[in-house]
Amino acid sequence: MGAQLRVYKRRIRSVTATKKITKAMEMIAASRVVKAQRKVAASTPYATELTRAVTAVGTGSNTRHPLTTEADNPTRAAVLLLSSDRGLAGAFNSNAIKAAEQLTAKLEADGKQVDTYIVGRRGVAHYNFRERTISGQWTGFTDEPEYADAKQVAAPLIEAIEKDTAEGGVDELHIVYTEFVSMMTQTAVQAQLLPLKLDEVAAESPAKDEILPLYDFEPSAEDVLDALLPRYVESRIYNALLQSAASKHAATRRAMKSATDNAGELIETLSRLANAARQAEITQEISEIVGGAGALADATAGSDS
Amino acid sequence: MAAELHVELVAADRQVWSGEATLVVARTTSGDIGVMPGHQPLLGVLESGPVTIRTSGGETVVAAVHGGFISFADNKLSLLAEIAELSDEIDVQRAERALERAKSEADASAERRADVRLRAVSAR
Repeated sequence: MGAQLRVYKRRIRSVTATKKITKAMEMIAASRVVKAQRKVAASTPYATELTRAVTAVGTGSNTRHPLTTEADNPTRAAVLLLSSDRGLAGAFNSNAIKAAEQLTAKLEADGKQVDTYIVGRRGVAHYNFRERTISGQWTGFTDEPEYADAKQVAAPLIEAIEKDTAEGGVDELHIVYTEFVSMMTQTAVQAQLLPLKLDEVAAESPAKDEILPLYDFEPSAEDVLDALLPRYVESRIYNALLQSAASKHAATRRAMKSATDNAGELIETLSRLANAARQAEITQEISEIVGGAGALADATAGSDS
Repeated sequence: MAAELHVELVAADRQVWSGEATLVVARTTSGDIGVMPGHQPLLGVLESGPVTIRTSGGETVVAAVHGGFISFADNKLSLLAEIAELSDEIDVQRAERALERAKSEADASAERRADVRLRAVSAR
């Protein structure tokens, strides 16, 4: 076998192996998207009920709470960025990081100091490489987040917002995550979690026309709000984590699908080239034989005369 | 026909139980509270404890609930809990082991959780 042909054959073999791997990754990601979507759906009843309850307290009483009142002069803000632990997901992480950087720039332009909290190894690596300070980081659960993980992430954030700004607390809490719009579309979004704008929450709740009844609070409206708001933040973070996970799997699926398609194309081109090389080799051999036979015949004819 | 109220028991990551009931007893921070159809709108903070639901079929459903809220309006009762388990989902041996472990490690909150689970099972 000619050297050229051998090189082509070897490349075809290696691309075929890669294609098998990317195909497997695509299928794994596809099944995980479905699982993640199901988790998003399973967490919806809790989030809906919680939103309703927060709206009820917010509108049913005129309680003021540090988590719902805007600071007069906000000087520090926390940004929570949700990235993923693993790459191979196309532009998923770079989009989220870009959105976080835009938000940071905007907040800094408003004269606020920004503390960055990051979930996911990719985001942490990005910030570490640029030697920026990270106030808090969590890794290891982005593929399948549990509610306990959301609690763990929310705890220091809630603590920071309850502290006075002078003692290192923050006035605002923003979150950047990737919203799962559909299998094909995922968008990086930024949202302000705290201080909570109660009218926005009310607009989000599904039944807008519903008139909320006058609730009897047990033990008191303040205590209920005290207990409710941290849970609300946790549930929002949990929802964002789940959406990010679903988006990441969808992005992986898409990236792996195009990798598989590209590998298929490459194999086709290489097979054509290999065929041409084999054909050229055969043609050359034939012409060598014919040429050799002709020369031999000529030589014999010459010796005869 | 006896009056009924609609109950939704939801944990953070799933819906645990939903159906019609005639009486729901839950433990709030200021004591046990019983809700029957037509109760006045209520929003309360729950303690770790068993929740008893008497269904309109006359059966009793018991769930262990760890923290959360109770809200009642328009004959609809929602119990929101971070963690909620129905008594027949609870693995008694595991809960007992957890109780032992919590006692030996002097982990008060884990001990209370395991205790609530066991009480929910025995109330069944």
